[in-house]
Formats: sequence, structure tokens, C-alpha cells
Amino acid sequence: MTAPAADSLTTGAAAGRPPALVLDGVAVARAGHTVWSQGDLTVPSGSVVGVIGPNGAGKTTLFQVVLGLLPVAAGRVEVLGAPPRRGDRRIGYVPQNYTAALGDAVRCRDLVGLALTGARFGLRRMTREQHARVDAALRRVGAAELGDRRMSELSGGQQQRVAIAQAIVDDAELLLLDEPLANLDLRNQHEVVALLGELRRERDVTIMVVAHDLNPLLPVLTDALYLLDGHPHHDPIGEVVQEDLLTHLYGTPVRVVRTAQGDLFTRGALPARGTPSPTADRPERAS
Amino acid sequence: MTRPAAIAVQPDWLEILQAPFMRNAFLGGSLVALAAGLLGFFVVTRQNAFAAHALAHIGFPGATGALLLGLPVTLGLAVFCVGGGLLIGLSGARVADREITTGTVLAAATGLGVLFASLAGATAGATTSVLFGNLLAISSGQLRLFAVFTALVVLVLAWIARPLAFASVDPAVAEARGVPVRALGVGFVVLLALTITMAVQVVGTLLLFALVVTPAATALRLTARPGRVAAIAVTLALASVWLGLVLSAVLPLPPSAFVVGIAVLAWAVVLLVTGRGRRRRWRATPFVDAHHVPRATAT
Ligand SMILES: Nc1ncnc2c1ncn2[C@@H]1O[C@H](COP(=O)(O)OP(=O)(O)O)[C@@H](O)[C@H]1O
Ligand SMILES: [Mg+2]
Repeated sequence: MTAPAADSLTTGAAAGRPPALVLDGVAVARAGHTVWSQGDLTVPSGSVVGVIGPNGAGKTTLFQVVLGLLPVAAGRVEVLGAPPRRGDRRIGYVPQNYTAALGDAVRCRDLVGLALTGARFGLRRMTREQHARVDAALRRVGAAELGDRRMSELSGGQQQRVAIAQAIVDDAELLLLDEPLANLDLRNQHEVVALLGELRRERDVTIMVVAHDLNPLLPVLTDALYLLDGHPHHDPIGEVVQEDLLTHLYGTPVRVVRTAQGDLFTRGALPARGTPSPTADRPERAS
Repeated sequence: MTRPAAIAVQPDWLEILQAPFMRNAFLGGSLVALAAGLLGFFVVTRQNAFAAHALAHIGFPGATGALLLGLPVTLGLAVFCVGGGLLIGLSGARVADREITTGTVLAAATGLGVLFASLAGATAGATTSVLFGNLLAISSGQLRLFAVFTALVVLVLAWIARPLAFASVDPAVAEARGVPVRALGVGFVVLLALTITMAVQVVGTLLLFALVVTPAATALRLTARPGRVAAIAVTLALASVWLGLVLSAVLPLPPSAFVVGIAVLAWAVVLLVTGRGRRRRWRATPFVDAHHVPRATAT
């Protein structure tokens, strides 16, 4: 698999579907401190949104608001046409540092299955249909043969695939992926990004993905949600990949280099043309 | 020092096995093994080993307090274990927070236990049986309580097993999917406290790990299929108790030592066979416990 060339992903605001996310004058606070405020934006359904901003800007916090885990301090939030609600089955979630937090004690198949049946009390076996859905999700992410392995036995790229299988097993309409490319080598980054593009096309799912490096995601992103100076903003991706905006956002000079394939931005005083992403030489975690 | 007294095989061991106290020991030990084997998976995946260990000690003032007031020891143990369990369960989701609370409650409880023991003028024998357990002294009254506790543990666990497993191995996603992670954590610690109340009387405070942690850890080295982990852990715990009792009838030694020895032996064999390659994510918590033995009260 290779990363798809910049394909024409249209923001599929399918007729009649509510936006994936609406923020209306929203402010969020943690432990009494405002993390960000004046959130006024609408993420159309079907978009692939890069969520960017420096560490501690409140990207994970935004996801927690969307998941209904954190009430807002002010304003109104709407997720897929309704107020956020914990346990909303229409949302698939891959937390930050997810695969590192999982123990040794669970098979991939069971982990994916828990997203389907794990919230139910009582002694009930998984049905044949539920098993089939788990298999289908694993197959979809190219992890069909990993079902019986333990998460701790997989490489970083394989773990991320299984995590995505868990997020899509219940046919989510909105995927929230918190730094899914961290700790992946360049090839695995491209494969995960390609997978996201395919999921978006096949299922018309909305994807919000937190990333520190936009480069590997540019082929699939339609929009960006960026946290700048304590406020969230939302724009089509083309308007975000601008040297002055990115320089301000990252707090370090950023140059945008346009290539035949699309936009590529590089950071700092690095040699400009075709500079690989800063994560390129980070080794993948050994299995 | 002279050499220890020679340990001879007791020729009448078959008769010993048929004595009424042995029947109680087999029944009581089996009930404990069932509950402990089932809970072990969750103790290991939730990194609750320290809490399990601490709860056993937190029961100590309950036991000595019961001696002081002339109440059943099981009752005293249960009250303190469950109370301590609730404190630990409510003390926060982060392992670090939990460990600080657990350690503090543990210290307070141990101090209280020593106080009660000396007030009650507890004999060294009574204290020893709390610390090391005495399976051969299980009364019919204790047995009835054990049956109630085990039934409660098994039924509640069957009811919460799936969400509890979700909350244990994958708390972040479980919470997002609507699993009541905090409430399950508190409920689990209460089940653990009930099991430890029983286990303390079988293998004692100091050897408790052998029933509550070791069988499940052994099973998890062999498989990650949840049903099989439970089956193997329960089988190992039962086998340890039964074999331990038979050996204690054959050789005039306390069963605790054999029960623990067999469980640890099985774990060591499995560890050797499966290799040490697999990385362990949960933390092994080693303890040196000699300092908890209240020598001052052993008059
Ligand atoms: N559980 C928490 N309690 C209190 N403050 C928190 C908590 N989690 C995060 N914060 C604070 O909220 C801010 C945003 O954090 P976060 O959303 O994790 O940032 P990001 O994901 O963008 O790196 C940070 O200043 C952080 O210190
Ligand atoms: Mg974050």
C-alpha cells in the first residue's frame, strides 16, 4: 500500500445529514482553568479534519467534550445533531497513547469485541453476528490474521490498525483518533492515512484526527481544526496550510513547499525542498 | 541449633483425611479457591495486586478486634476488609493516587491491629492463625459464611464480568462507550474484600497472593482467552488447596505451606516453559513482610 495521491475528497455534506460537530460560544475548563474559549464552528459531516495545536492546547479535551465525558463551561455543543452523550454508539474513539496503555491480558479479537458488547451487563455470549462483525472490522483494517494475538505482541502499526478496527466495529459515523500516527514509522503512517481515506470514501464517516505533523495526513484532509491562542478555529485545509498561520500555530518558522502531489509544509530552518517529516527516522516500536 | 525434628509420614493419613475438620477444610478451601481464581484475572489486569495485599493486612485489626469483643473473626475481617476496600475504591482512578491511599490505610490498620491484639491479650497462636491462616480450624459457622460470600462473589461477578473486563483492560474506551468505570471499580474492590476475608483464613495474610494472584498470573501466561483464563485459574487454585490438604495429612505440617508451594511451583513451571520473553505490562509488587509480624504481642 502506498499513500494515495491527493484525491478529490469532497466534503460530503450529504443532503439532510446534521453536521458532525457544532460549537456555539463554547468554553471548556479543567480544574478551574479555561483551556480554550469562544469555540464557534461547524464541522460538516463527511469531512476529514486534522486537529492541530501545540501540546496542552486542548485537543484531547475537545475530544472529551465531543464524547460527553467533560461538560462545557459555557456555550452549546452538538454532536451528530444532538447534545454530546457518553456512550454514544455512533462515535468511534482511539485515545492518545492508546496502545501503550493496553495490557498483556487481552487478545485483539476480544478487544475489538468489547467495543461491541462490553457495555452490557449480564452473562450473554457474543452472537454469531457479533463475531462476524469483529472479523469484518479486523479484515477491513488488514488485521484479519492478528485476531488471536495479544496487543502487546504486535508492532506499533499493527496495534494502530487493531485500535481502528475497534473504533469502526460498531459502524461509527464519527471517528475520533487522538495522535494515531505517533510512534509510527513513515511507511506505517502512510498506511494508516491511506486506511483513513478508504474508510472515509466507503462509509462516508467523519474523521477527526489529532496530529502534530500534518504532512502525512495532507492527502486525505479536507479541513483543519486548529487551536490558536486559546480559541478553536475551523477552515478548509487549503486555507490552513499557509506559512504565516502555521508559523504562528507552531511558534517556529514554517515554510510551505508546494509540490506536484499537493501541499507539503516543513518546519523550522530545515533544508526546504522535500524534507521528510520529522518523525520519519523514528524507529517503529519493536514487537 | 539442632537439626529440625525429622518429619515422618503419618501412617494414619487416610483416616485424618476423613475427619470432620478435614471435610470443613476441603469445602472451605474449595469455596475460597473458586472465588479467588475467578477474581484473579481482574486483580492482575487492574494492577490491584497491591490493593489485594493491603486488604489482607487491613483485615488484621478486624480479626484482633473481633477477638477483643468476642465476636466471630470472619465478621471482624469482613467489616474491615470491605471498609478498607471502599476507601481504596473511592480513592481515585489513578494508580498512583490509589497506592498512596492504600498504603496509608494499610499503615493505620496495621497499627490498630497491633493495639487490638495486645488489648485482647491475643495469644501468639491466635495471631499466627490470622497471619498464616488455619485451614484445619474452619468451623461449620465459618463454612456457612464462606458459602454465602462465594455465592455473592460468583453471582455478582457473572453479572458484571463483561463491563468489568472492558473497564479493566481498556478504561479510556470503556468510559467513552458508557461503561460506569468508577462504580465497577468500587464494586470490584468490595468483591475482592469478601474473597480476601475468606482467603486470609485459609492461607493467611502473608501468603494470600498464592491464591488471589498467582493462579491467574499463571493462566495468563498460557492463554489470553478470558473463559480459559478463568477455568485454568480456578483449576489451579482448587488443585493447590486439595493437594495441599492431602500433603498436610500425609506429613505433619500446616496446609498453608503446601497450598502456597504448589501454586508457586505451577507458576514457576509455566514461566520456564513459556519463556520469559513476553513483556509483562503489569507490575510485580514484591514485598518483604517480616516487619508486619507483631512480635510484641506474642507473649
Ligand atoms: N484531567 C485533567 N485535569 C486537569 N487538567 C487537565 C486534565 N487533562 C488535561 N488538563 C489540562 O488541560 C489542558 C489541555 O490538555 P489536553 O487537552 O490534554 O491538551 P492536548 O491534547 O492539546 O495536548 C492542559 O493545560 C492540561 O494541563
Ligand atoms: Mg492530547
